[in-house]
Amino acid sequence: MPAVDWDEEGGAEVNDMVLRFLIGGIVVSVFAVLGDMVKPQSLGGVFAAAPTIALATLVLTMHKHGGRYVAIEARSMVAGAVAFFAYSCVVSLVLMRRRPKALTTAIALLPIWCATAAALWAVWLRR
Amino acid sequence: MRLKLRFDSLKQTKSMEYISRFVFGGLVTILAGFVADHFGPIIGGLFLAFPGIFPAGVSLVEKHKTQRETAEGKLGTRSARGQASVEAAGASVGTIGLMGFAMVLWKGLPTHNFLAMMLMAGATWIAMSWLFWWARERL
Repeated sequence: MPAVDWDEEGGAEVNDMVLRFLIGGIVVSVFAVLGDMVKPQSLGGVFAAAPTIALATLVLTMHKHGGRYVAIEARSMVAGAVAFFAYSCVVSLVLMRRRPKALTTAIALLPIWCATAAALWAVWLRR
Repeated sequence: MRLKLRFDSLKQTKSMEYISRFVFGGLVTILAGFVADHFGPIIGGLFLAFPGIFPAGVSLVEKHKTQRETAEGKLGTRSARGQASVEAAGASVGTIGLMGFAMVLWKGLPTHNFLAMMLMAGATWIAMSWLFWWARERL
């Protein structure tokens, strides 16, 4: 029956989302706590760029799609990390030089991550 | 420079901040999965390195430093933002480790065991982040 199939599929999707939410929340929280505890601050900051989302999702992705799919995601993740590098360097520089509010600066500069990631997608990943 | 694990710094974080990190982390993880499911692994993979929790992190560093300075009777806004800048600089070093993590999975996964590759990728993240942090501190 199509209705039953839809229910089963929908139920599985909700379970998947709840699982992702719980694992993501736990992994991000653990790394955030580690980042708080580690001193000096510059080393604590390293934990802000920990592979939290990857750790939270890749096991599920591997189970669902297999190794080749995860390898493709990982190649894109390299580009995402390059974009994160560019973004965090600019955030650090702006906060150091101008001293604006940290949250506003970090959110206002997120387009740098988007632009760098989009550029890398266009020149590298898309081919 | 000596490394320390300061457990007392955990007391500065309020329970609401822990909850918001948990919720935000969960939502960003769902977003990454949603993007991969709807736009495929090439676009989805980019979001595995999305700085979703980063703005909240630098904001908390600024807030806690301001609270400490205020308790000492100082107006610590500028130095707190400087501290947030140091956190962001640390994150930029962590992203180099993140590149290493992703490269190990990219090159190793099609042919090698998933668990072994995840362990190797994690070790690469720690080693590269530590190495570049150490080099940066000495520059």
